[in-house]
Amino acid sequence: MKKIFFIYLFFSLNSLTVQANEMSDLEQKIFKNIRCLVCQGQSVADSNSEFSQTIKLVVKDQIGKGRSETEIYDFLVDKYGEWIIYDPLFSTSNFLLWFLPYFILLVGGLFIFFILKKKNNN
Amino acid sequence: MNLSNFGNLAIFSTLLITLFIIIYSIKFLNSKDEILLFPNKLIMLSLFQTTISITSFFSLLIGFIISDFSLLSVYQNSHTLKPIFYKISGTWGNHEGSMLLWINIMIIFAYLFIVNSRNAETKYRIFSLLAQNVLIFGFLFFLFANSNPFSLIFPIPKEGLGLNPILQDPALAIHPPLLYVGFVGSSIYFSAAIGSLLSNYKGKAFANSIKVWVMTSWIFQTLGITFGSIWAYYELGWGGFWFWDPVENASLMPWFVMTALFHSLLVLEKRETLYYWVIILCLLTFTLSVTGTFLVRSGILNSVHTFANDPSRGLYILIFLSIMIITSTIIFLNNFRREKYNFFINSKETFILSNNWFMMFYLGTVLIGTVYPIFTEVLNNLSISVGPPYYNSIIIPLLIPFLFLMAIGPQAKWIKNEFKKYINIIIILAISIFANLSISYLFGKMTVLSNLIIISSLFLISYTLIDLVNLIKRKIKFNIARIISHLGFGFLILSIGINYNFSLEKDFNLKVGDQKSFDDFNIRFISINLNEGANYKSIVGKFKITENSNLSEENLYPEIRIYNNSEMLTHEASIKSDLVKDLYLTMSNINRSDLYNIKFQKKPFMIFIWVSSIMICCGGIIRLIEKKK
Amino acid sequence: MSKKIGKYLLLALFFFILTIFFLALKNDPRYISNDLIGKKIQNFKFKKLNGNNENLSHNDINKTTLINFWASWCYPCRLEHKYLIKLKQNTNVKIIGINYKDDQENAQSFLQEFLNPYDLIGVDNDGVESVKFGIFGIPETFIVNGDKIILKKFIGPLNQKNYQEIINIINK
Repeated sequence: MKKIFFIYLFFSLNSLTVQANEMSDLEQKIFKNIRCLVCQGQSVADSNSEFSQTIKLVVKDQIGKGRSETEIYDFLVDKYGEWIIYDPLFSTSNFLLWFLPYFILLVGGLFIFFILKKKNNN
Repeated sequence: MNLSNFGNLAIFSTLLITLFIIIYSIKFLNSKDEILLFPNKLIMLSLFQTTISITSFFSLLIGFIISDFSLLSVYQNSHTLKPIFYKISGTWGNHEGSMLLWINIMIIFAYLFIVNSRNAETKYRIFSLLAQNVLIFGFLFFLFANSNPFSLIFPIPKEGLGLNPILQDPALAIHPPLLYVGFVGSSIYFSAAIGSLLSNYKGKAFANSIKVWVMTSWIFQTLGITFGSIWAYYELGWGGFWFWDPVENASLMPWFVMTALFHSLLVLEKRETLYYWVIILCLLTFTLSVTGTFLVRSGILNSVHTFANDPSRGLYILIFLSIMIITSTIIFLNNFRREKYNFFINSKETFILSNNWFMMFYLGTVLIGTVYPIFTEVLNNLSISVGPPYYNSIIIPLLIPFLFLMAIGPQAKWIKNEFKKYINIIIILAISIFANLSISYLFGKMTVLSNLIIISSLFLISYTLIDLVNLIKRKIKFNIARIISHLGFGFLILSIGINYNFSLEKDFNLKVGDQKSFDDFNIRFISINLNEGANYKSIVGKFKITENSNLSEENLYPEIRIYNNSEMLTHEASIKSDLVKDLYLTMSNINRSDLYNIKFQKKPFMIFIWVSSIMICCGGIIRLIEKKK
Repeated sequence: MSKKIGKYLLLALFFFILTIFFLALKNDPRYISNDLIGKKIQNFKFKKLNGNNENLSHNDINKTTLINFWASWCYPCRLEHKYLIKLKQNTNVKIIGINYKDDQENAQSFLQEFLNPYDLIGVDNDGVESVKFGIFGIPETFIVNGDKIILKKFIGPLNQKNYQEIINIINK
């Protein structure tokens, strides 16, 4: 009982360590999510290309005008296509992308469950 | 006789010998007499094959060293002004040369396997050798038809093209051979799996015969991935070390399967069960290696890797891959017999199964993320990007239960385990939570997810350390390998967790003489100097970084380099490392302006990330050495 | 029986995946810009080059117009310039030029040397406004109709084939 109390105490103390969002600032977060179109596999945050410099200005501009993260992504997708954003937006065509890994997890789990079940029924 | 002729002759001879090995193996297998002894002829042929193949590789190596530009691959990838070390590494730093290296590794491993498997059944060894040589033949054929490193160019150019400065880096030079021993080495247990299926050589004996190869390829794969990340961090100048780029994923996917495999081998050895699952994993590893090569070299995916893309190459590899997959699947299905499983839920076997379960999940995620854009492109004519946010959001949460299981699992007994001391788990959990509190106090707040990751990695570390103490007390040496690797993994996740959460990045523009203050830092752009290096000119910036909380000052010197012969521009990061953090600065100029774009990063615990990766390898190396005794 | 079905299903799955890869080999993986075709252009604002503090906006588009992004430092822009001149001479299409991340003096010299095909010229110093057109490099050229709908986009310098395509579109 005492042990469980201490665990509970620690968990609640740990709530002091929590904050809702990640520490990185919004600007960097967005930069990291945008692909540099003239580079081979780099985000706008990581690239030194002219294109990246321009996009960074655009994003800073829009943040300054109070646009939300989603609005900024929507704007860029409208002009450049979905390819420019690294986080594949959740939509009907991307459903499989997000669903399949968990499906594999489930199938794997069921498989193991049935293997184990056999023994314990004998 | 010039190098090209000699090289071509050597490869052609290798091809012939491979054919002989195939023919003789089939002949021996078909013979009416009972096969008792492994035919000496095959051993001789295999040795001969190895020798000639190595000779061909050395001819190419010489071609690079002496800058023989009559060879097309030397012309395209080398230059007289390249330092000798990079001339050598240029041999495998191009597609054709790397294919020759692949073939060499496959051939060398074939011979070593034969020599090392003397205790195994003859029929199994012959079948394995046969399967491996069929693979070798396929690659040799591909080499001749499409990617011959000895193809000629006429008239002979006076100078080569290959002076890409980004490729002239020690970590980058070593990383391909390391990785090749990893995922090409997996070809041998692919072939052994086929051999095992066809000769019905199963169980503990089979596990024993491939153990050392699985371990070896895993060690090299881990090292190769580590060095690739080190190179990315120090050389590419973006301050990160993993981007879930297709080529990184291509090296990670076989790693997941190798890890699952050597854990399952423990079960196969100890309990003579999970045989068919082990076979599947053996077949899967090399299949993923070839798939990865296909994805990266065919040009089908946009990636940071710099192999020049060529669709005809892609076609050959894809045909080879298809034949490999279809054939091995058919052989597997034809020889599959139902297995009986006898596992108690609470047993070491179950923990190992859960390791495999998670490995397959990670594999699935990375595979799906990497190839999904290909499918949407072909089926929907839609281009999407799948990048770090996807992989991170799916994989990271599942690491938490994985780390817990990894901590407790090794303690579990074979067959039937009993948890006598739940109390220990609770105590260590409490310790981990307390430690997390301290970390949070020192560094700052994190999301719930990050907290849980830190807690679970601390749990793994503490639990494993206590295990270590117990082992030392009881003077048992046996499990030291596993402890080091598991500790390494725990430290790796802990360091990455802290690094990910408490890295600071700031992107801003400055003129010489300006300064910028933010958070805890003040950065002053002191000066710009022009410098001349061996084969480049550079603009070197001097920056003074002041950290207010501990009143420390550091000078950093990022560079913009312009290479003389190729007119390439690179941005060299200036990195100051200590045990607690790295300070990372890059600078690039903004056209038609006297402003410079500055990227400053503070990255905690980078050194620990590298050290823990090496720790993971060390565990494997220790296990390998133990086995040899 | 179920074993056989399983076997065929598995092989069919592999066959499907491999077929997709075969088909994908034929595609060009380079970035082809988003199909802005058919969309209406967003309202934009560029300062005019003539230095009168006037602005260029989408109100300046009232008939079939070519919008060409160029700069004096851009070598391919010189290659395509003659086609713009030809279009100005041979058709009544309106041509708007957007001078991209350039220096005003250099831009004027460029036009003096290579002639000026533009009815109106706007200036974009930092490239931010041009993002509304989905620009990621220059030269890029758009054809829009009087309703400000994008008819076609050309990435890279115009060649003879593009020139012919533009003529065809104008004549419709």
